[in-house]
Amino acid sequence: MIAEAGLAALWLAAALALLQLVLAFAGLKGGKPELLGAVRPAAVAQGALTAVAFALLITLFLRSDMSVLLVATNSHSMKPWLYKFAGTWGNHEGSMLLWVTVMGVAGAAVALFERALRRDTHMATLGAQAAISLGFYAFLLFSSNPFARIDPPPPDGQGLNPLLQDPGLAFHPPTLYLGYVGLSVAFSFAVGALLTRTVDAAFARAMRPWVLAAWVLLTLGITAGSYWAYYELGWGGWWFWDPVENASLMPWLAATALLHSVTVLATRDGLRAWTIMLAVVAFSMSMVGTFLVRSGILTSVHAFAVDPERGSFILALLAIYIGGALALFGWRIGSVREGAPFELVSRETLLVVNNLLLSVILGVVLIGTLYPLMTEAFGHKVSVGAPYFDRIAGPIALALMIALAAGPLTRWRRDRAGAVAKRLLVPAAIGIAASALLAVLAWGRIGVLPFLGLVIAVAVGAASVAPLWKRKLWRTPLFTWGMVIAHLGCAVSVAGMASDSAFTTEKLVAARPGDRIHTAGWTLHFVNIRPIAGDNWTALQADMQVDRGGAPVLMRPQSRFFASPPTTTSEAALLTRWNGQLYVVLGEEVEGGRWQLRIWWKPFVTLIWLGGVMIALGGALALLGRERRGWLLKWRARKAVA
Amino acid sequence: MRKLLIWLPLALFLAFIGLFASGLFQPDDRIIHSRLVGQSLPSFTLPAGASDRPGLSSAQFATGKPRLLNIFASWCVPCAAEAPQLMALKAAGVEIDAIAIRDARPDVDAFLARYGNPYARIGLDARSGVQIALGSSGVPETFVVDGKGRIAYQHIGDIRADDVAMILDRVRKAQ
Repeated sequence: MIAEAGLAALWLAAALALLQLVLAFAGLKGGKPELLGAVRPAAVAQGALTAVAFALLITLFLRSDMSVLLVATNSHSMKPWLYKFAGTWGNHEGSMLLWVTVMGVAGAAVALFERALRRDTHMATLGAQAAISLGFYAFLLFSSNPFARIDPPPPDGQGLNPLLQDPGLAFHPPTLYLGYVGLSVAFSFAVGALLTRTVDAAFARAMRPWVLAAWVLLTLGITAGSYWAYYELGWGGWWFWDPVENASLMPWLAATALLHSVTVLATRDGLRAWTIMLAVVAFSMSMVGTFLVRSGILTSVHAFAVDPERGSFILALLAIYIGGALALFGWRIGSVREGAPFELVSRETLLVVNNLLLSVILGVVLIGTLYPLMTEAFGHKVSVGAPYFDRIAGPIALALMIALAAGPLTRWRRDRAGAVAKRLLVPAAIGIAASALLAVLAWGRIGVLPFLGLVIAVAVGAASVAPLWKRKLWRTPLFTWGMVIAHLGCAVSVAGMASDSAFTTEKLVAARPGDRIHTAGWTLHFVNIRPIAGDNWTALQADMQVDRGGAPVLMRPQSRFFASPPTTTSEAALLTRWNGQLYVVLGEEVEGGRWQLRIWWKPFVTLIWLGGVMIALGGALALLGRERRGWLLKWRARKAVA
Repeated sequence: MRKLLIWLPLALFLAFIGLFASGLFQPDDRIIHSRLVGQSLPSFTLPAGASDRPGLSSAQFATGKPRLLNIFASWCVPCAAEAPQLMALKAAGVEIDAIAIRDARPDVDAFLARYGNPYARIGLDARSGVQIALGSSGVPETFVVDGKGRIAYQHIGDIRADDVAMILDRVRKAQ
């Protein structure tokens, strides 16, 4: 019954989306404005129904109902409950249901909480959101039904990919999806504004919190995903330039650019067409990423069920939605007036530089990801790896960091180059001191890019807190704090990346129990190796006593065997210290009772994710600050009226 | 100019859609064949990869008799799986040389002691340089080289028991 109820909820939600679209269209274009009153309730009901469908699928997974095909192929009754729960979205159908749920709930939120938008734009936005949702409902119902039954039901399920059996699965995909799909709101806003010709500062102020919220969640999701890959895959790397990672990075780059251009539009009424374009591109990148990952057109370590029929379906959706939005852009944007002009030396200019550099990085990542596909169309086969992305995107990202340092220290509209340079004097001096120190300590040992990365991170870190200089900290607005913390987070993250690539030491040894291994100031005493058992796995576990002069700490890397499906995973042991992480992986047994051990010492690697969290926190503070200011203004206005 | 710019994103996007569609409907063939099939071996000289066999150079192939060139590694599991088939080919009178990829001599010795040694000569290609020059994309791979030192055939992946007759046939044809 639960599965049937879920399917019914999904069909009803789809019908409501159709209704919502028709009502909005008839109300705005068909001369029946009285119908518009029903658009918001339809959106709210649609969102609630998707949430119900999703909750029902979770229930089926928690109860291990093997008569449901999706549960039987992706779960197992012996799994810990957390992985039954998270297993709901650890597969194609479930994650697509999460997709439409996020889309439906985001639409409901826009219906409920959006107050600043002009009414006709608001209705057009909800109509657009319904139109996109409709395509994904069709995809779910016609080619990826998560509630399909299987008869007769198997005695037990086939289990979940052991790599996914990690608490990371409970957190990373939903957060990522909230951001990834949340960008659909920005897309719908852009379409709504184009339809009702309301691209202006007021529109940008209404759109900004939605973009911020999606961007914060996307940032958190990517950060969590990166850390998850880092410790779960056991390669010691934190970013692999895999197509699926690029699929999440590209919307993030577009959304980051959008976040900055929407500020220009909101504050100075500039960059109108460009902001609309970015809003379309950001969610388009989410959809293109989904297509690349789900169609099997590119090979990736993230194995999703691959099906050419599904690929064609998503391709058709891409063509309709992105093609439609871009055509609407071409058709309508000519009627949007040019925004307010600005001088060459101004914050606007630096934000344009930010946007251009982010777009270039986006282009580099997009071309790198699609290049194998392009050459294959002409009969050649190539693969594009990390060296391309690192060498091309790395220097551009560092240039972007310099713009990031200067931007907040430059005035809106017009500034003097000399004054900006003066404000950058202290950070520049700190950067020069850092480069001198680094040159003395590590000359010849580190590459150019990591060297520049560290120096620029230090200088930009100093520059990013400079806007707080000589200000009363408690009177500084929350969104200024948000910007400072997010920018400082960028510097922290770059410092972590540069430090990891500059100073990591790797050691591969074959050791017997009883051996002592010395690396990077650490002593690892390999005590013994023994079998242990978990809920649905058995493992060989090495006990290592680790110290660098102080009291020893126990580290326990494992090699885990899962019965269903039969797989071996290596569970790395991580020891976090303030200045880095020790990372130990247990490999195979080699002859003579010796075991392969891979040991990394990664100085300050944790800064990468700390920076990511700071960026998200900064975004959240900015969102809170803007909203609170809105509430305060409204409250004062109400009091004035009273 | 502005008019053109406005429609540029849509044009670019349509090109991408075309690209995606072509990728989607192209047959899924991820095996990469060497472009050197039908051409002479690239010239190389490699040090010995095992203690009891000499090293290998490309000059040793144009001897008037076809030979097999097996690309393997001691760390490669399918290579161990194809070892019996290589022994069978050797027993059938085929001469086999090998290149060990990204390997170390003690490891190769241990591998050959365990799975048998069908090779006349073994070269050690520590950095995969020769492998790449040959157009080989993985281990194991086996090339049939004719008596003039030209690559007659490339077999990708391990030689299964039912491939042996086919390989023998290829060697005979390369006479």
